[in-house]
Amino acid sequence: MLKLTKIRRVWISGILVAISFILKNLLGHHIITDITMIASTIVAGTPILKNAISAIRYKILGIDALVSIAVIGAVLIGEYWEAAAVTFLFMFGDFLESKTIEKTRSSIKALLELTPDIARVIREGNEIEISPDEVVKGDIAVIKPGEKIPVDGTVIEGNAYVNQAAITGESIPVNKIPGDEVFSGTVIETGYIKVRADRVGEDTTFARILQMVEEAQDKKAKTQKFLEKFSKYYTPGIIVLSVIMFLITRDLALSLTLLVIACPGALVISTPVSIVAGIGNGAKNGILIKGGEIMEKLGKVKVLAFDKTGTLTKGRPQVNSLKAYDISEDELLRIAAIGEAYSEHPIGKAIINKAEETIGKISQVPSEAEIIPGQGLKVVIDNSTVLIGNRKLLVENGLIIDVSQEAYIRSQEEQGQTVVLVATPERLLGVISIADTIREDAKKMVVNLKRLGIKKIVMLTGDNRRAAGAISNELGLDEYYAELLPENKVEVLERLRGKYGLAAMVGDGVNDAPALASADLGIAIGGAGTDVAMETADVVLMSNELKKLSHAIGLSRATVRNMKQNISFSLAVAGVLLAGVLVKTVDLSFGMLIHELSVLLVVINAVRLLGYGRTRFKLMS
Amino acid sequence: MTNKTYQLETLTCPSCTAKIQTALKKTNGVEEAEVLFNTSRVKVNFDETIVSPEKIRNTIESLGFKVLSEK
Repeated sequence: MLKLTKIRRVWISGILVAISFILKNLLGHHIITDITMIASTIVAGTPILKNAISAIRYKILGIDALVSIAVIGAVLIGEYWEAAAVTFLFMFGDFLESKTIEKTRSSIKALLELTPDIARVIREGNEIEISPDEVVKGDIAVIKPGEKIPVDGTVIEGNAYVNQAAITGESIPVNKIPGDEVFSGTVIETGYIKVRADRVGEDTTFARILQMVEEAQDKKAKTQKFLEKFSKYYTPGIIVLSVIMFLITRDLALSLTLLVIACPGALVISTPVSIVAGIGNGAKNGILIKGGEIMEKLGKVKVLAFDKTGTLTKGRPQVNSLKAYDISEDELLRIAAIGEAYSEHPIGKAIINKAEETIGKISQVPSEAEIIPGQGLKVVIDNSTVLIGNRKLLVENGLIIDVSQEAYIRSQEEQGQTVVLVATPERLLGVISIADTIREDAKKMVVNLKRLGIKKIVMLTGDNRRAAGAISNELGLDEYYAELLPENKVEVLERLRGKYGLAAMVGDGVNDAPALASADLGIAIGGAGTDVAMETADVVLMSNELKKLSHAIGLSRATVRNMKQNISFSLAVAGVLLAGVLVKTVDLSFGMLIHELSVLLVVINAVRLLGYGRTRFKLMS
Repeated sequence: MTNKTYQLETLTCPSCTAKIQTALKKTNGVEEAEVLFNTSRVKVNFDETIVSPEKIRNTIESLGFKVLSEK
């Protein structure tokens, strides 16, 4: 027999149905009309029947079986037109659905295609091309413009602009110079680099993202599980109903129509298509959402609890202001920097950085240095003793801070600054105010999140109350919890959930891994390259940009909305169809048309999610 | 117990998921079967002394779904 592809069958049966329709109107009930109708039914119906039989062998009554029974019944009672139309619509609908469903998965497919396929490495002095799977740790890879970096590694030579969209979702190229980290799957736009392979094959960040996205797609949402249960009862229920209807009314056409609408196709796919499109949109934008259930939760989050350091702030303390008494500011900075020369403390580093920035490199070191725990340093510079530290250090050494100095120090502290005092044993030389700076994008994010309907935005930190309060105020947060130990963070999260509803913890995933793991929902920012963050968090934002968080929250809300639209639409269609059939306004072919159309509409609605964020971005830029 | 994942041709009809799942669960020796609709994969947990991986593959294919690979 001639082997017909699916698309050919759709075409042939479509043409035959069209001819039948014309003949039906021209000739009416005629032998030629009947023949074209039956021919069309056979062309479109054979694969349906085949599928039905193979399923029935396993005692499964699928939609193919129901349609087959309906079509055979229609032929038997002489309703050839109905038979032809139903089989054609079923085939054609199925064809269109498969095309559109593929579209919902297109973002993820596009991501898969970014996998590097060749690697050029230096072996025994020669550049050779091998498969990325054959690269071993420590190999030196050479990458030229337009090529994909085949490994995660460190740049050892060259300079290039790299498009990191595969990882972060950002396509603006980033400059990479020796010492910088690069990721597999990212593309060199201009320049040339040599990279030492640190992670290869399955261990690269990109490979792990792919694997997680793949797993995420089919992790079912709660709603989906519920709907699957529902349709398990719905289908047999309608079949029983159609038998009962036949026994009562003896109306075969009515009972057959019931069979056709017994499969709630739209309902079954209403959630998986939305979820896959949502996850796909996220993946394309550098946001990893680990499954349907997570998507649903994220969409319903009421409270976002942020870790302070590294999330809302840059995590790198900086010198913000200097106050020198009777010496120049540069001199104050110089003395402090020399004193801190051996310091490993972030505060000491901040002072040294500032000094290098303003007065240049300082190579002098103190001739003596003593660390006084909890107070600071006592050092000897140019034969005189200098104290660098907090109030306690000065008080212990018998120094008195006068009223105006004290007022200044307090005002700095109230602004969230950590104050470093520099003094000789006789008098205060100056005050250096240091603080971790707020990230530029934090304020805007808070506004965006509020607009998206987040009820409470709070901050959790181990830092002191005053510093926390200052930052919280500046950002316009609803609440803050300071001086927390890691285990307290979990308690606070519990309390927040009790008070306001579902709470998510947002952190950089390195220091807050326990809180991220134990929260209802853990969101890690800047997850690319950090294994712990990628493993423990439920949602991973690959890049370090806070705007991705707004995107993730907005996307999840849109996805949940999309799912709800799909579910209510398909339930409504099922209800209307059922009613329509029972009052006999819906016949066999019309029932099939509506059924197929509803499936198609549900999928098309889900496809819309792929574009989430695009229009808004345009308006903003 | 053995775990295997079969990669099928792209699954596009929602009702086929249920079909494959039910058919496999009814197969003797199959403990658990899950069809992953979006990735078009079937995860099967089975007892290899009762049912062979080939038999499972044949079951899926006899329902009209081509198995591209298994691992």
